[in-house]
Amino acid sequence: MKYSIGAAVVLIAAVGAALSGMNEYFFYAGYIVLTFVVLATAWNILGGYAGYVNFGTGAFFGLGSYSAVVLFKALSAPLAVQIVAAAAVGAALGFGVGIMTLRLRGIFFAIATVAILFIMETLMVNWRYVGGATGLQLLRPDVMAPFASYTRMLFVVMALLALVAVSVARYVQVSWIGRGLRAIRDSEEAAEASGVPTLRLKLFACTVSGALMGAAGAPMPMYLSFIEPASSFSLNWGVSALAMPMIGGTAHWIGPVVGALLLGSIQQIVTVTISNEINVLVVGVLLVLFVVLAPDGIVGLFKKWVRYFR
Amino acid sequence: MGSLLQVNDVSKHFGGFTALAGVSLDIVEGERFGLIGPNGSGKTTLINCISGALRNDSGSIRFEGSEISRLPAYQRTRRGIARSFQIPRPFHSMSVLENLLVPLQYVAHGKEEEVFEILNRIGLADKAQTLSSQLSQVELRKLELARAMAARPRLLISDEAMAGLAGAEVDEMLEILFRLNASGITIIMIEHIMQAVMRFSQRVVCLDAGKIICEGTPAAIVQNPDVQRAYLGA
Repeated sequence: MKYSIGAAVVLIAAVGAALSGMNEYFFYAGYIVLTFVVLATAWNILGGYAGYVNFGTGAFFGLGSYSAVVLFKALSAPLAVQIVAAAAVGAALGFGVGIMTLRLRGIFFAIATVAILFIMETLMVNWRYVGGATGLQLLRPDVMAPFASYTRMLFVVMALLALVAVSVARYVQVSWIGRGLRAIRDSEEAAEASGVPTLRLKLFACTVSGALMGAAGAPMPMYLSFIEPASSFSLNWGVSALAMPMIGGTAHWIGPVVGALLLGSIQQIVTVTISNEINVLVVGVLLVLFVVLAPDGIVGLFKKWVRYFR
Repeated sequence: MGSLLQVNDVSKHFGGFTALAGVSLDIVEGERFGLIGPNGSGKTTLINCISGALRNDSGSIRFEGSEISRLPAYQRTRRGIARSFQIPRPFHSMSVLENLLVPLQYVAHGKEEEVFEILNRIGLADKAQTLSSQLSQVELRKLELARAMAARPRLLISDEAMAGLAGAEVDEMLEILFRLNASGITIIMIEHIMQAVMRFSQRVVCLDAGKIICEGTPAAIVQNPDVQRAYLGA
């Protein structure tokens, strides 16, 4: 109940901001930060709850973008259809990757996800219809009322996606599925011996995570009016999607949200004030600091303080 | 009483190494069964094959009459085979209570009160809210048993539940296992502490190099020359 009210407030605030006279740049940057909220939250369902580290976020995200572009180019499909289709494609990729790789443990799974990223990029580089290596310029359709600009509309769309992603992650965490995933992270053998269908749960987590990542990628081509493979399938998506939950805290659904809002905003500020190159460095340094000093992230630190002062 | 578990001619190889070479066992319902043998003789491999952590290469394993050797481990647990691990594997991010809620939720579909009942029986009730990573060695062993019990097993496999425990603690664990058996649970005990396994078991099997070298009552086993040579070191 408290959560529903909070979610409604966030959504109303996002729509309100988009309709106000606020500076356009806020929405331009805010869209990216919200994209990271979706990616970090999606990553955490498999990486945080179940402990299976996925470096291939870019594969799901990029494939989501390309699915949207194909639908747009072939059928002029509306954005909502593009997003749903991208989620379905992301889910299918997640399921497929899961079937192939989730029997692998720990580091081997992580390596396999990197391979998927490069396979996807290579496929798109060689596909003429979507522009190959040079990419494709896209003409945005007219903006829908009541929004004053396309970016403002996309900002609201991404805010909605973020709420969906967080609600899904929260449901997974508090339900019986979440307990099973935690058991898998702690000891897969013991989980299986306790009746947890480990492979099925991991497949479920990988599929849901992939669907959300795919959905997050769908509006990106419209945001940029452009698509090309190198940035769509960049390893940076995966690094950020991993770093944000690690910094925020992986045990609770709020962790990736806090991490993405914080790190995503810092990245935007650094990009504007210093340089685009430095923001990758910022992610790296913060990640190292947190892994060493606060392995349970900001949420973990906060809990520790609460316990200490009580 | 009928037969609960039938292991028939089970073999398991790891590359060129033969861990189990045609092992056959028949475990009767309600039995207290002891499995002994030197290190590397295949005891843990055998129970891994029974519980589903490993798949046997050949042979059959039947539980309550139906073949289970191709089932994944979690389904065997759901059918009533629970195990404890030699090296405790608690869900370390969870409290003792939550550890037990996993099998309760996934297998027994029971209520939370059941967990407290089990914790009481095993003597961990006062630790219910403790994080399992903060437990002592004895408590971890008890948690292993308690978590296995939360799956409401018909057959409990206790893999060296007493290794590394002191005399009084061994007695305590034995007492718990006797009580569980009295409540109708069949128990397979793997143990190196001879005094414990001999006191507990009605029937004992000795494995050596993946083969059963002797089977009988505890008294007969101790007297057996093969067992003495292979294991007891007489």
